Amino acid sequence: MTTLQIAIIGVLGLIGVGLYGLLITRNLIKVVIALQVLVKGALLALVAAGTASGKINLGQSLAVMVIIVDTVVAVISLALALQIKRRMGTLDVKELATLKK
Amino acid sequence: MTVLFIVLTAAMLVCAFMAFRAERLIISALWLAACSAFLALLMYLLGAYAVAVIELSVGAGLVTVLFVFAISIAGEESIEARSIVPKPVALIISLVAIVLLGFMTVSSLTSLSPATEPSFSEMLWQQRGLDMLVQSGLLFAAVVGMLGLLAEAKMPAKEKQAVKAKEPKLSQPAVTPATAPVTHEVKP
Repeated sequence: MTTLQIAIIGVLGLIGVGLYGLLITRNLIKVVIALQVLVKGALLALVAAGTASGKINLGQSLAVMVIIVDTVVAVISLALALQIKRRMGTLDVKELATLKK
Repeated sequence: MTVLFIVLTAAMLVCAFMAFRAERLIISALWLAACSAFLALLMYLLGAYAVAVIELSVGAGLVTVLFVFAISIAGEESIEARSIVPKPVALIISLVAIVLLGFMTVSSLTSLSPATEPSFSEMLWQQRGLDMLVQSGLLFAAVVGMLGLLAEAKMPAKEKQAVKAKEPKLSQPAVTPATAPVTHEVKP
């Protein structure tokens, strides 16, 4: 088993765990954590693809962009979660789905 | 080397899974930070040194601090109820997604061929220069957006005046029935 194959298994595992967490989680902050895990899978995929194709620098530059966008998403979604907690008093996605204040 | 890769990948996946299993949110954030650290190590071993350092500092450092900050403000809220999607259905969906993605990845790996490329700094600042420009704009927009979201909601001017009018003045304390002076009326 080569290192690339192990990295691909890691990618698939991260995406699977992230998707599973996204589907079963009801807490808004844990939903953000699930998104982070999903994006980590995409990051590892970019780096693994760069290694496999011999274009590791291209993979790295794309991965840097993904890290920055991921951080921005985390910041905005956590700020939104805080505002929702202030206004609605809960972080439960099921209760928020009714859109009643 | 292969054994190290297997151990690191397994540790990363366990940390990612434990981030959902943990009861407390703060523990989930710490498991996510550990997952980021193992991912950074894997990237370093794959040869992506710059991204490994950025992932370790941003993914395991900055994002964890953000999570801890948000959890300390929002507070711990344990939601013990059933998940919206039943767990077996979620498991099946995840497995199907993994199998499809794995099939696509393995079939596309055969067409890859090694190639020469410029250095990382040249790639990042010259060839992907537009990306960097967009990223800086995105970061600025994120900071402005976060300040707007975290700011307290402003009260309209009319409501503010009404609240001020209702408040008792500090110089003349309001007389409550309990502290009111007792007057004795003398009947003739």
